[in-house]
Amino acid sequence: MLSINSEFLYALVGGLLIGLAVTIMLLAKGRVTGISGITYNFMLFRKGDRGWRGAFLFGLVIGGVCLSIFYPTSLANTLDYSLSRVALAGFLVGYGTLLGNGCTSGHGVCGISRFSLRSISATLTFIAIGVLVVFLVGS
Amino acid sequence: MVKNWVPFVVGVLFALGLGVSGMTQPQKVVGFLDLFREWDPSLAFVMIGAIGFHALFFPMITKRSSPILADQFHLPNNSDLDVRLILGAMLFGAGWGLGGYCPGPGIVSLASGNKESIVFVGAMVAGMLVFHFTKPLINKVVR
Repeated sequence: MLSINSEFLYALVGGLLIGLAVTIMLLAKGRVTGISGITYNFMLFRKGDRGWRGAFLFGLVIGGVCLSIFYPTSLANTLDYSLSRVALAGFLVGYGTLLGNGCTSGHGVCGISRFSLRSISATLTFIAIGVLVVFLVGS
Repeated sequence: MVKNWVPFVVGVLFALGLGVSGMTQPQKVVGFLDLFREWDPSLAFVMIGAIGFHALFFPMITKRSSPILADQFHLPNNSDLDVRLILGAMLFGAGWGLGGYCPGPGIVSLASGNKESIVFVGAMVAGMLVFHFTKPLINKVVR
């Protein structure tokens, strides 16, 4: 019981940190913190606005390094899926997030927070399909 | 230079939030999506925390005439529910359920050196490049 409750607490605290991060981004840069879009626009080697995107992505990686040092179990993957399955997953995520203009951060957090109908629809869709896929091909 | 320190710090905070919340553990993501067997509802609290916090401050911030370090706000103003949006979300949801990673947690997990995250991010970048180079075709097929 205690462990279940603490998992909820960790999730809530982590969520608040994410909320804080995207709020600072909006206040400082006036931007939506959409990770798929930031990654794509960074990759395009566009001049000018590339700096902040690179800085953000670098921050994600440095945050990951901190986690790997101080809280390594947070980055553990115990699923043992085949790498071809993981590669297909990655391809679908990359292609799908650009076609649908956003992922969990851009639609799921930033978009829902401003009550965007597009983001609410996208989030309900990707969660529903995620549930379906897990139901069909399982864990 | 200061301008890029802020997005850097935002990236670090975001990564720590993902790690603390459990979003960087694909087994937890799959557990959250496994609604009909052993559902693990804990990750719902990530969205509650993040959306609750951001929704509270969003109206106050956008009342300003401009952000602090930029000339103007860059917020999406498209409100059409189109085929691309739903189809894209479907493909993304399929990949999310199949691998347990979405873009942020994939990138953050690279630091662990685990092979799944490296393969995932590599394939995600490939998917983005394929999208980029097929964009003119996609624009003809779906609105």
